[in-house]
Amino acid sequence: MSLKPPVSAQDHIQGNPGATIELVEYGDYQCPHCGHAYPIIKQAQDALGDKLKFVFRNFPLSEIHPEARLAAVAAEAAAKQDKYWEMHDIIFENQQHLKKANLLEYARRLDLDISRFQQDLDSPDLMDIVEEDFESGVRSGVNGTPTFFVNGRKYGGSWEPEDFIRYLGSRIEEQ
Amino acid sequence: MLSPGTKAPDFTLYSTPDQQVSLSEFKGKRVILAFYPADWSPVCGDQMALYNETLRFFHKSNAEVIGISVDGKWCHLAFSKDRNLHFPLLADFEPKGAVASLYGVFDEKLGECKRALFVLDEEGIIRWSYLSPVGVNPGADGILDALEEMDSTVQK
Repeated sequence: MSLKPPVSAQDHIQGNPGATIELVEYGDYQCPHCGHAYPIIKQAQDALGDKLKFVFRNFPLSEIHPEARLAAVAAEAAAKQDKYWEMHDIIFENQQHLKKANLLEYARRLDLDISRFQQDLDSPDLMDIVEEDFESGVRSGVNGTPTFFVNGRKYGGSWEPEDFIRYLGSRIEEQ
Repeated sequence: MLSPGTKAPDFTLYSTPDQQVSLSEFKGKRVILAFYPADWSPVCGDQMALYNETLRFFHKSNAEVIGISVDGKWCHLAFSKDRNLHFPLLADFEPKGAVASLYGVFDEKLGECKRALFVLDEEGIIRWSYLSPVGVNPGADGILDALEEMDSTVQK
């Protein structure tokens, strides 16, 4: 199963954009498994440094996680003020508290322009971005969260730290 | 397992404790039949929860989705409420697995439906089918590709 569309400038990319290993996560901010994966990604980033780039795409399962979509929009709204990854991190570190009031508090903590942030939270354009991510996930064969793609291919193995970092590391030799 | 080109056999099953649903009610719409082993799989984003989220894409292609397992109607009711599902789950409960058997997707050994998908056209003809390994959620991409393929072959 391959990633459709491939990673592009439309994506939020963390790390070296020219890295040989490309890790894409389809995730849901309210999903406990994604919360479990969050520090593991950080460990992989520490271990692999500039060999790894990381991309996060939204896959909110809104019917079982009613706060996931607004949280995804909040990260996109923060991106408009160049604080995407900062918001991404705060949200995953506070998964139990994703009500609108909480999201506004995180925006304040990041020193965002609050009135602009609030407007963006209601912006249909940002909702569309989240929806496009979701649809691309469905098209790419995402069937739950988190789903990972490594160098464009769906990854079906374990993502516990040791296995995952070993697998990602082995992609360097493959190139 | 019934293959594409076959007329999908009609059936009537309970969708709630006091309501029955027949396949024939869906004439004029495309129907996705999703046979699955059991309610309450322990992961976020199980197959039914996923289809609940992809309903909006199915509807764009004039398609409705129906989940079918051997779980009873009360079990379906509780599961459906818990996951906030917006499509029917049918109870292939008595005689157990009769409809799944009709479609060739009943696992006699386990006493459960296999994980199988059928996409029917507006006339109730099977246009696409897929049998997934029982532990693997097949996602929605195959269904969407099948619906698109049908869109592109519609003769005006």
